[in-house]
Amino acid sequence: MASLFASCSSEAEASQVLVLTGSSTVAPLAAEIALRFEQQHPGTRIDVQSGGSSRGITDVRLGNADIGMASRALVDSELDLTAHTIARDGVALIVHSDNQLTALTAEQVRGIFRGELTNWSEVGGSGGEIIVVSKAEGRATLTVFLDHFGLVSREIAADVIAGENEQAIKTIVGAPGAIAYVSIGTAEVDRAAGVPIRLVTLDGVPATAAEVALGLYPLARPLNLLTTSHVQGLAAEFIAFAKHADQGDLVLAESFVPVAPVGLE
Amino acid sequence: MMRRSSLDRAFLIVQRSSALFAGSLVLLVLVFVFGEAQGALSSPGLGAFFLDAGWHPKDGEFGLLPMLAATLATTLGALLLAAPLGIGAGLFNALIAPRPVALMHRSLVEVLAGIPSVVYGLWGLVVLVPMIGGDGHSGQGLLAASVVLALMLLPTITLSTEAALLAVPRELLQGGAALGLGPLARARLIALPAARRGIIAGLVLATGRAVGETMAVLMVAGNVVAWPKGLREPVRTLTGNIALEMGYATQDHRAALFVVGLILMLLVALLVMLSSLFGGAAHSSAPSLRGSRT
Repeated sequence: MASLFASCSSEAEASQVLVLTGSSTVAPLAAEIALRFEQQHPGTRIDVQSGGSSRGITDVRLGNADIGMASRALVDSELDLTAHTIARDGVALIVHSDNQLTALTAEQVRGIFRGELTNWSEVGGSGGEIIVVSKAEGRATLTVFLDHFGLVSREIAADVIAGENEQAIKTIVGAPGAIAYVSIGTAEVDRAAGVPIRLVTLDGVPATAAEVALGLYPLARPLNLLTTSHVQGLAAEFIAFAKHADQGDLVLAESFVPVAPVGLE
Repeated sequence: MMRRSSLDRAFLIVQRSSALFAGSLVLLVLVFVFGEAQGALSSPGLGAFFLDAGWHPKDGEFGLLPMLAATLATTLGALLLAAPLGIGAGLFNALIAPRPVALMHRSLVEVLAGIPSVVYGLWGLVVLVPMIGGDGHSGQGLLAASVVLALMLLPTITLSTEAALLAVPRELLQGGAALGLGPLARARLIALPAARRGIIAGLVLATGRAVGETMAVLMVAGNVVAWPKGLREPVRTLTGNIALEMGYATQDHRAALFVVGLILMLLVALLVMLSSLFGGAAHSSAPSLRGSRT
């Protein structure tokens, strides 16, 4: 917002505008990169709007956005688009920090989200009945989660369905018996800021950006910018900028994993 | 016939075209929504929306009755909470409060009316929901949605009640006082019946707002597609469903969401018709109400 005002007031000439929509996981990182891009490219304005990865895909296809954001890899039916990976992230299971639970196995996660395990005492946690927080259809985090555990969306016994990562996290904070799955980056940033949540170790691997970087954490995913196959002009410039190793500090600040610096073009 | 001045004629033209614009806007929106919904109305058919077991658009299931019930339940819950409070506050302001107090109170209520819904939603999620939650419940659900909605309806009901009461002719109230009626009797027997039409209009306006409110409800309702079974059980409203899914819906799914929108519009139209029915009846029966007192 600040950048929007700054560019409006300082730039009298017609400014070039780039619209990014999609994943709420990618949006904060994209917004930081956009801010730096605007500072280094006077006369440009980058609008970043979140709304879920599927929105990003739809918007790029329909031309509503120049660049889409998706927090997962493209599937076969989406290969008409080109994915540009700008960082890596994982999906962490999170609980309230009052919950004594520290680790789960994949089998336990399946049981909890299918509604077969309903009390924390059955899986080594505390806090009575388990409140299952899932994500809305069209959210990449849901897709990544379902794919990994071999679940389908209609068998999830959800008590709450959240849209964005932050809504899921606020639900956990308000309900100490709840469990949710969110972006590792978002969760780590919040935890560092004092939000009372714990990232649960999955199948013996801690849910941290470091484990994602090592390729050990199983629920990992790429964070992508999406374009149609023919990308040029400002959009191409922004994507090259976003992928550049110079932006690695922004990636780290969001607790994501920088992609290995690909050769400069 | 008198010759109108050109200024008058210009005024009439502006007035008529404004009315035409406002009126045709509703029709345009209706035509647009209907056009977008056409795909779903012809291929799964309207019946699917009422007969299918669940809402799984990707698998071609479009049952929206649980969400319709959720919308009606949250609206009813909010009205049950907000109507007595709002009418009470309006009565206080119009009939009882000294003028300075009434003015201050009204400004406060007007501020309440101006708070964006997302702020109510955030408050609901962070403060209200944890209070409702416990023993296996997250706190997000029917009750939380109703309470947050009630807060948003309260100013509408208060202000319209007050306006309706202030429009009651002073002679009626003074007549009541001259007959030795106390404040309660004057409110119950004179002011409220005379202002009934305006109060009902305010309630209908509030109901329309409750049916249409999206963001605040989305943040506290839990959003699981399910029949409303209990106060602490999660529900998803029709508007919440559109907001959650519109961003990425394509083809049949997208058209289905427009059907949801169409049903919302019909619901609001029904409310408006009901209000003119009730309001009209109240209006014509007002004199007889006065006469019925023995």
